[in-house]
Amino acid sequence: MELKFRRNAEYQDLVSEVTPHETYIRRRELLAAAGLGGAAAMLGGLPALAQTPSAQVAAGAAMAARKSAYTIADQRAAEQDFNEYCNFYEFGLNKDDPARHAGKMDVSNWKVTVEGETDAPGTYDLRDLIDYSQLEERVYRHRCVERWSMVVPWIGVPMGPVLAKLKPKSTAKYAQFLTHIDRSAMVGLAYGGLDWPYSEALHLNEAKNDLAFFAVGAYGKALKQQNGAPIRTVLPWKYGYKGAKSVATIRFTTTQPPTAWNLANPREYGFYSNVNPNRSHPRWSQANERVLGVGGFNPQRKTEMFNGYEKQVAYLYEGIDLIKYH
Amino acid sequence: MAHSALLRTFGKTWMKPLTLVALIAPFAFIAWQLFQVLSDPLSDAMGTDPVAYIHQFLGDTAIRILLITLAISPIRDITGWAPIALIRRRIGLAAFFYAGLHMIAYLWLDRGWDLGLLWEDMVVRTYIMLGMASLVLMVPLAVTSNNSMIRRLGRRAWDRLHWLIYPLAILAVAHNLLMVKIIYGDPLIHAAILALLLGWRVARWVIGKLRAPAAAA
Repeated sequence: MELKFRRNAEYQDLVSEVTPHETYIRRRELLAAAGLGGAAAMLGGLPALAQTPSAQVAAGAAMAARKSAYTIADQRAAEQDFNEYCNFYEFGLNKDDPARHAGKMDVSNWKVTVEGETDAPGTYDLRDLIDYSQLEERVYRHRCVERWSMVVPWIGVPMGPVLAKLKPKSTAKYAQFLTHIDRSAMVGLAYGGLDWPYSEALHLNEAKNDLAFFAVGAYGKALKQQNGAPIRTVLPWKYGYKGAKSVATIRFTTTQPPTAWNLANPREYGFYSNVNPNRSHPRWSQANERVLGVGGFNPQRKTEMFNGYEKQVAYLYEGIDLIKYH
Repeated sequence: MAHSALLRTFGKTWMKPLTLVALIAPFAFIAWQLFQVLSDPLSDAMGTDPVAYIHQFLGDTAIRILLITLAISPIRDITGWAPIALIRRRIGLAAFFYAGLHMIAYLWLDRGWDLGLLWEDMVVRTYIMLGMASLVLMVPLAVTSNNSMIRRLGRRAWDRLHWLIYPLAILAVAHNLLMVKIIYGDPLIHAAILALLLGWRVARWVIGKLRAPAAAA
């Protein structure tokens, strides 16, 4: 049954249309080597952004950020647990696989390809998208669909303004995020199971919500590869897999884009994937969660609607049956 | 024939106690880890998610011991060394022991003994229903795994009852396969080994059928 969805023709077409990130990087390197920096700038659409480029911070290096009001008071997960207990299937299916393998992925001089329904398509340097002098720290609860949660101090910028700079056309309704593919470092690509590149997406109204966040760091440091360095999305009212790691492509679309887990198993993973303790999930009851990274043997808490962010996001789903459209 | 004398001594004196030690070892290991975690909240002995670790450790141990149980008669038939069948009962009982602990850990640590949630699990979640069914089928086998029950039931009825190990092993492996988000790794290996062990029995049965008429003629 799952095979059928993975072979979905529409999705395969879409994937084949996407210019591979590696090709873009190589093209830019070639241009730079030939001394064609000006041409590269044209190609990259840099003039669209009136911002002084700051330097991209290396993975794991210290990162300064101001405190944000979006901070919950609960005990934070230990940094070691955050870095060593990860789901990043491109690097293997076990929780400790990403920490062991992901370091081989080169995330310096990161490029992000912007395409689809936009007036500013092109390939951007990450430092042109993210102003590293304007970072803020938000302490969100990260709720995994596997019934565990960690409280994480993310560092980054709100998503809405960044997407606005990328000039989505009025016809654009969704933003799709594709994870980078690095065939030499990503030992998990061979397993199959999901279609690569990993795809996640949001309705633009969701992306404009103040909580939607581009994270580039956590715990006062730039993200490590196993947690999606150098840039990932963080949507605290949704299950963790909605957050796309190591984002290489941002694509604006008019119709709802296919997303990785929804394609693999639509009964279990809906497009919205909002945290919802009232929906009897076919794999795990979502009524409770184990709180990880805080010590102790089995600390649990009751899962809240929208992971406790109901006040901020409930308006987005008014009149929608969230059991059916989960 | 020093070789066979040694084997006979092993079979008579060492095989049963060594098997018992090997079967208790996983329990001793996880009990020791649990002791570390309970006595020191910062202990990393069970990793970041001790509850998930315990579930998986007990479940994997149960399923692997169950597969070993099923491997005993093929080993006996291939090697021709009959005494190995003497340890089959304790191996089977150990599989039941770990499967039972696996379920208790689930009901206790995961569900907090909330039986309403258990009912929901059984109805909504196929893999839990399969696991429960497998464990329920193990109960009559465990209860009758002693000499007096064999006497009371008679060999034929006992054999017929213990044929249940085949469907319950299939249920257990299906439970294992369906509980993971992406089918890969250990559950697939467990399924492959089970297929081999059951396939061997089917082959033996078919060959026996083919030979029987020939012998009669």
